[in-house]
Amino acid sequence: MTPRLRATAIIERNVLAYRRMLAPFLTGFLEPLLYLGSIGIGVGALVGGVEVDGRTVPYEVFVAPGLFVVAAMNGAIMDTTFGFFVKFKYGKTYDAILVTPLGVRDVAVGEVSWAVIRGGIYATVFLLAMLALGLIESAWAVLALPVAMLVAFAFAGAGLAASTFMRSFVDFDFINLAMVPLFLFSATFFPLDRYPDWLARVISVTPLYQGVALSRAVVLGDVHLGLLAHAAYLLVMGAVGVRIAGRRLGILLQP
Amino acid sequence: MTGRSGLVRVVEREARVFRQLWRGPVILSFVTPVLFLAGMGIGLGGMVDDGGDRDLGGLDYLEFVTPGLLVASAMQVAAGESLWPVMAGKKWMKTYHAMVATPLDASDVVGGHVAWTAIRTAMSGSAFLAVAAVLGGVPSAWAPLAVPAAVLCAAAIAALVSAFAVGQESDLAFTTVMRLGVIPLFLFSGTFFPVAQLPDGLEPLVVISPLWHGVELARGATTGQLGLGEGVAHVAALVAMLWLGWRWAARRFTRELQA
Repeated sequence: MTPRLRATAIIERNVLAYRRMLAPFLTGFLEPLLYLGSIGIGVGALVGGVEVDGRTVPYEVFVAPGLFVVAAMNGAIMDTTFGFFVKFKYGKTYDAILVTPLGVRDVAVGEVSWAVIRGGIYATVFLLAMLALGLIESAWAVLALPVAMLVAFAFAGAGLAASTFMRSFVDFDFINLAMVPLFLFSATFFPLDRYPDWLARVISVTPLYQGVALSRAVVLGDVHLGLLAHAAYLLVMGAVGVRIAGRRLGILLQP
Repeated sequence: MTGRSGLVRVVEREARVFRQLWRGPVILSFVTPVLFLAGMGIGLGGMVDDGGDRDLGGLDYLEFVTPGLLVASAMQVAAGESLWPVMAGKKWMKTYHAMVATPLDASDVVGGHVAWTAIRTAMSGSAFLAVAAVLGGVPSAWAPLAVPAAVLCAAAIAALVSAFAVGQESDLAFTTVMRLGVIPLFLFSGTFFPVAQLPDGLEPLVVISPLWHGVELARGATTGQLGLGEGVAHVAALVAMLWLGWRWAARRFTRELQA
C-alpha cells in the first residue's frame, strides 16, 4: 500500500461509522444555517445595509459568507477534537488501527482528510442555501468551495494537534474558550472597521478571519491577488497542525 | 426521606462537585454570554443603532439583547446539565443509583437536580446582569427581577429535558436535541430580534417556547416596561411548564431508578 492509500482507510472507517450515526452527521450543518436565519435575516432587517469596498450590500449578504466558513470550520473540528478524543481515550480505536499496516502519520493525514470532507459537505449545503436565498452576488463564488476546504484543512490540522495535548475532557474548555471569540469577532457579524484600530489589527491575524475575508471576497466578487496571503496562512496552519499531530500521536501511541 | 431535606442533600452533593470542577461551567455560563453581549450587543448593536429604521420599542440594541442573552444562557446551561450529566448519573457513573441506595428516593434526585440548576443559573445570571449593567444594557432599577425570570425558565427546562434524558438508553439523540431544540429556541424566541418579525405561521408558536416567556419577563424587568397582566401570564406559563416537567421527570426517574 502506498502511504496515500493507507490514509484513505481512515476515511473509509469514518464513513462506515457515520452510516450508523446519521442524525449527528446530518444535523451538523444546521447551526450556521439557523444563525443565518436569526442574525442574518432577523437582525438584518434591523440593520439595513453594510458598506463593503465602497458599496452597500444587504446585511444578510454580508453575513452569509462569514457563516459559510463557520459551517466548514464546525464540520472540520467536530471529529478532530471531541470525536478524536473519544476514539483515542475511550474507544482505543487508534491502538487497534496501529496493529494494521497503518502508521501514526496515516492516522493524522486520514483524520484531517476526513474532517476536510465533512467540512466540505457542510459548506456545500450552506452554499446551496445561499444560492436559494439569493445571497450570492458574483460568479467568483465558484471559488467558495475551495475556500471552505482550506478553512476546514486549517482548523482540522490545528484542532487535531491541540487535541493531542488534552489530558481530559475538562481541558476541552480551552477549545470552547477559543472557538466562541473566533466565531463572534472574526468580522463574521460586523466589519473590521467597527473595532478600534489596534483591535482590528489583532483580529486581522487570527485564523477564522482569513477564511471570512477570502469567502466574502469571492462571494461578493472583490477578487484580487492580496487574497493569496489569506490562503497561504490557512495552508501553513493546516500543514503545521498535521505535522505536530503526527509527531504527538507517535509519542502517545507508540511508547 | 421527606422530600425537602432529601432534595437539599442532592443539592449539597452537586455544590461539592462544582467546587472541584467550576472552570468549565463558569466559562459556559458566564464568559460565553458576556462574549455574546460584547459581539452582538455592542458590535452588531452599533450597526443596528446606526441603521435607524429599527422597531425595538425605543430601546438600544444592547438594551434589547441583554435580557435575551441572560435568559437564553440560563436555558442553555439548564439543557446541557440535563442531558449528558443525567446520562452519567443513570448509566455511565451510576451516581443516581448510589443516591437511591441511601434513604433518598428518585423524586429527591429530580428535585435536587432542578433546584441545583436554579441555584447555578441564579449565580451566573446575577454576574452576567452586573456586567451588562456596567456596559449600559440595563436601563431600569427593576432589573434584578430579571434573574428570577431566568431561573424560572431554567428550572422548567431542567425538569423537561432531564425527564426526556433519563429515559434514553444512550446519548446518541442528545446532540440532535441541542441542534433541533435548544439552538432554534435560542435564536428565534425574541432573543435577538422581536418575534413580530417571524413569518406569520411561526409567530404564534412562540407561546410554547419557555425561553420566549422568560425573555419577555426579563425584558420587562430590565426595561421597566411590562404590564401586570402580561407579567402574570408569562409567570403562569413558566410555572405550568415547570410543574408538568417536574411531574413527568419524577415519574420517569422513579421508573428508571427504582424499578
